[in-house]
Amino acid sequence: MSKYLLDKFLYTVDRDPDLVERYREDPAGTVAWWEAEMANTILNCTPAERTTWLSFTDAERTALRGHDHVTLFEMGAHPFLTLTLFIAMFERDHGPLEYQKAYGKAMEHLSLPYPDIAT
Amino acid sequence: MAEIAAVIASTHHPFYYRASTSTGADRPPFADEWVAKIERFRETLTRAEPDVLVMVGSDHFHQLWLDNMPQFLVGKAPFFDGNWYNEEREFGLPRMTLRGQEDLAAHILRDGLDRDFDLAFSNELRIDHSITCPIITLRPQADLPIVPIYTNIFAPPLPQPRRFVALGRAIRQMVESWESDQRVAIIGTGHLSLELGGPRQFGEHGPDPEFDRKAVEWIASGDIDGCLAEVSLESLHAPGNATHGFMDFMLMMGVAGEGQKADHVDSFDLFHTMEAYFTWYPNGVPGEGAGRERDGRVSIAARSASEERSESGGEQ
Repeated sequence: MSKYLLDKFLYTVDRDPDLVERYREDPAGTVAWWEAEMANTILNCTPAERTTWLSFTDAERTALRGHDHVTLFEMGAHPFLTLTLFIAMFERDHGPLEYQKAYGKAMEHLSLPYPDIAT
Repeated sequence: MAEIAAVIASTHHPFYYRASTSTGADRPPFADEWVAKIERFRETLTRAEPDVLVMVGSDHFHQLWLDNMPQFLVGKAPFFDGNWYNEEREFGLPRMTLRGQEDLAAHILRDGLDRDFDLAFSNELRIDHSITCPIITLRPQADLPIVPIYTNIFAPPLPQPRRFVALGRAIRQMVESWESDQRVAIIGTGHLSLELGGPRQFGEHGPDPEFDRKAVEWIASGDIDGCLAEVSLESLHAPGNATHGFMDFMLMMGVAGEGQKADHVDSFDLFHTMEAYFTWYPNGVPGEGAGRERDGRVSIAARSASEERSESGGEQ
C-alpha cells in the first residue's frame, strides 16, 4: 500500500482545475490515465527524469475510482487533501455546508485512533 | 537592535474574508460580531506601529510537498505572492503580493543555524492562507514587508511541541539581535481543536470545546509549562485530527515568554472551530509609555543577545 501515491494523486488533481473536473466526470478513466502518465512524474523535475516504481494496489485504484472518501480515510490518505478535493468536486451539488456534514456523517462509525497518515 | 513591537497569535479562518465581505442574504448571521472582534484585534497591531512583520504559519500542501518536506522553513525573497487556486476556489481568497524583508530573513537564517536551528529556506515562496489570513484580518492594506516562517504541523513525522516552543523563544532572540532600528511584529497563526476530513468536522462548535477552553487559558496566561505538561504529539489527536496546528500557538507562547499574560485576549465560538486572538506588548502597551517596565520585570529588549543566549542554555 502506498499512502504516498494516494496523496500524490489527490494533491496533483486538487491543484489543477481541469483535472478536478475530469476526475469528477470520469473517475475510472482519470485514475487509469494518471497512474500510467503521472504517478511516476517527479514534480519539480523535467519529464524525462521519471521514477520507476510507483503504482497503486487494486484496493487503492478501486477506492479512487469509486470516489470513496471513507475508504481513502481508512487507508490513511491525508484527510485534508481528500476533503479539499472532494469539496471542489461535489459541494456544488448541495446546499450550504450540506456536503461537508454528509461527508463527516459517512464516517461516524470511525473512532480514535484514526488510521496513521504518516507517509 | 530591532524592537519587538507586538507578539500576536491567532487562528487563521479561511472563511473570514468571504463572511466579512458578503452582503444581503449571503451574509452569515455571525458576520457582524466576527468583524467587530477582528477590528478590535487589528487595532492591537495598528497601535504598535510595526515596520516589519515576521509571520509564522504552515503550508497546507501548496508549495511544500512530501517529496521534499522541511520541518521549519524561512522565506527569503524580495516578494511573496499569496494564495492559491484551490484557496480561491474554496474560500474566495484574493490573490496578493507582499514585499519581503530579506535582511531580516538572512539574519534569521544565519542566526538560527548558529542557535542550532537548521532552518530550511526558500527564495521563491508562494504563501498560503496561514499567512494571508492574518494579513487580511490584521493588516488588510498589506503594506509592510514580511518574513514568512513555515512550520510542519501537517505531514508526520512532526517536531515535538517543545521544539515549537523552543523555536518561538529562538525567533524572539533572533529578531531582537537583528541590527536594525525597525519595529518588528511577530505574528503566528494556528488552530485550537480542529477536525478536517474526519467524522467530527463541521459541527456546531469546534470538536473539543473543553480543549479549546484550556488552550485559551494556557495562551492568555503564558502557561507554557502547564501546556507542555498536557500536550504531546499523541495527545493532540484526541481533540481533533487537525489539532496539531495548535503547536503554532505554542510556538507563539515561546515568542511571548513563560508567564507572560496577553494584553489582548478574545475568542469567538463558531461552527466547526473556535476562533482565538491574542496580543502581547513585550515593551509596554503602546500609548501608555513606550518601553515601560511591566510587572516589575526588566524589559527583555534592553538586554543583550548574549545574555539571552546564555539563559536559554541547551533548551533549543
